Amino acid sequence: MARPSFFGLLLIAPALTMIGALFLYPLGYSLAAAFTEPGGSLSLMHFQKAYELYSTDILFTLFIVIVSTILVALFSVAIAGILTLGETPWLVGALRQLYRWPLFIPFIVAAQCMRTFLAKNGLMNNALVALGVMEPIQATSFLDWRGIIITFVWKQVPFVTLMLAGAMASIDPATIEAGRNLGASRLRVLIELVLPQVAQTLLVGLVLSFVTMLSVLSVPMMVAGSQPTMLTVDMAFRINSYGDYATANALGVISYMIAGTVAWIYLRHNVKREAQA
Amino acid sequence: MSIKMPMTSSSASVMESPSPAVRNTRFERDPAPSAVSARAWSLGSTLTKILGLSVFAFLLFGPLANLVLWSFAERWYAPFKLPVSYGTRYWEVVFRPTGDAMSSLMTSVGIASLTVLVALAVSVPAGYALARLRLPWRTALMILFLLPQAFPSVAIYINVARVFYSLGLTGTITGVVLVHAAHGLVYSVWISAAAFAAVDKDLELAARNIGASPLRTFFTITLPLAAPGIMASAIFVFLESLDEFTGTFFVGVPQVTTLPLLLYNASMGGNYQIASITALILLVPSILFMLVIERFLRADVLSKVGQ
Repeated sequence: MARPSFFGLLLIAPALTMIGALFLYPLGYSLAAAFTEPGGSLSLMHFQKAYELYSTDILFTLFIVIVSTILVALFSVAIAGILTLGETPWLVGALRQLYRWPLFIPFIVAAQCMRTFLAKNGLMNNALVALGVMEPIQATSFLDWRGIIITFVWKQVPFVTLMLAGAMASIDPATIEAGRNLGASRLRVLIELVLPQVAQTLLVGLVLSFVTMLSVLSVPMMVAGSQPTMLTVDMAFRINSYGDYATANALGVISYMIAGTVAWIYLRHNVKREAQA
Repeated sequence: MSIKMPMTSSSASVMESPSPAVRNTRFERDPAPSAVSARAWSLGSTLTKILGLSVFAFLLFGPLANLVLWSFAERWYAPFKLPVSYGTRYWEVVFRPTGDAMSSLMTSVGIASLTVLVALAVSVPAGYALARLRLPWRTALMILFLLPQAFPSVAIYINVARVFYSLGLTGTITGVVLVHAAHGLVYSVWISAAAFAAVDKDLELAARNIGASPLRTFFTITLPLAAPGIMASAIFVFLESLDEFTGTFFVGVPQVTTLPLLLYNASMGGNYQIASITALILLVPSILFMLVIERFLRADVLSKVGQ
């Protein structure tokens, strides 16, 4: 059994071929298109053009994705914290039933919901006006960067909360009881006792959310129409309007680098943790 | 870490005492306030919780409620907070047998079914190999299947579309199925591998001992026992394909119109009723799945996913 099974390799070969043909090959293709001039020699000219045209959108994308990730972290820690440490059974029960509804809702459906909900005359503004919280004249449309962030947070919080609540449920309840008995408030128990034990799960959830939000095309297209917009929309625009694969692929490589940086932060944290253990 | 150490030692003593005593010590800690202010405090706290939960529920379901309102709104314009007139006219338009929506639904379900077949055909052998046979760089192989999901996908799809164009696969069902299958492979491979790993090896050995061939053992023992997990992975792949937008947007246009593309076109064209009804059709399987997922994915399989 010490040497690899030839039969095993044979069984896994079709799946690997599929990934190779439909992921690795196009990936190589995109790198080649981004780094070569029309003549065929290596150059960074496409990156220069991408930067000149879309530097605002690169910053805009980073801003949206980073702010959304921070908000997702805050909300999911709060909800998972209430689920784990809450002492009001009906509140915990209701929250457990409610929070995961958006979990499997596709991004495009979420985008269509928000497109109507956050509009100037949408249900959110109408409800606030009807409750007397806001004057009709103050109603503004949220269909810009705020709308994208709200949609991302709405869609991703259930996912990260599900992972976090699972991890929190599996930590030793004695540590929580001990902290509470020593007089620590629930907030302090959450931040100082529970969070350090589930930090790894939180980080995995946030990294996956970050990359997902970076890759979504439908939400920025449908929720916020005009400039500035996210890199995914710019790539689609370069292709569909100009057939400009070089600049689109340069923008693609920039988004790989953003995702790669986040993956690198995650891996570095992992290595550090293993060194400590 | 510095906080955890003293806690762990004290937690041992807490564990020994019976739980009612634990409760009592916590109550004694608070200074006893007067009965009236205690009641006011508890009423206030309950009201805050109800208010907080209501706001949360509104933010969660408000967008979905707006979708339902739009699907039944025959007329709805600016100064009115609710639709001016309700009706099912647009539902009839969508469900008319010859309409765009029905043909998109058929296309979507057909593509999703084919995607499941393709994904399972390659992942059941791969999952078995990953769970039971010795493979070099096993972890790297597992991560390779994750990459299409955990990667900025737009840049990949534009190049897939370019390669497919030269092969004549753009705008064909085959092209879209291939793209969806590669995207869903992480679910089918990872969950099948977990399902096979959760099958008791002794049962296979028993079958071999009484003279069954390896192939017969696989088809009569291993595969039936792993079937619920494989079923779960098939549902994941099916839903993933049904909801997929980006890949179809680049590879399928203009000939292949799935439900997400119909939704997008209707919404961008300002036809909110059609867009909302399409969104509701897409919503049904997602919510059903959320409610039944725990039945299909047993804890023993779930604990082995990604290992």
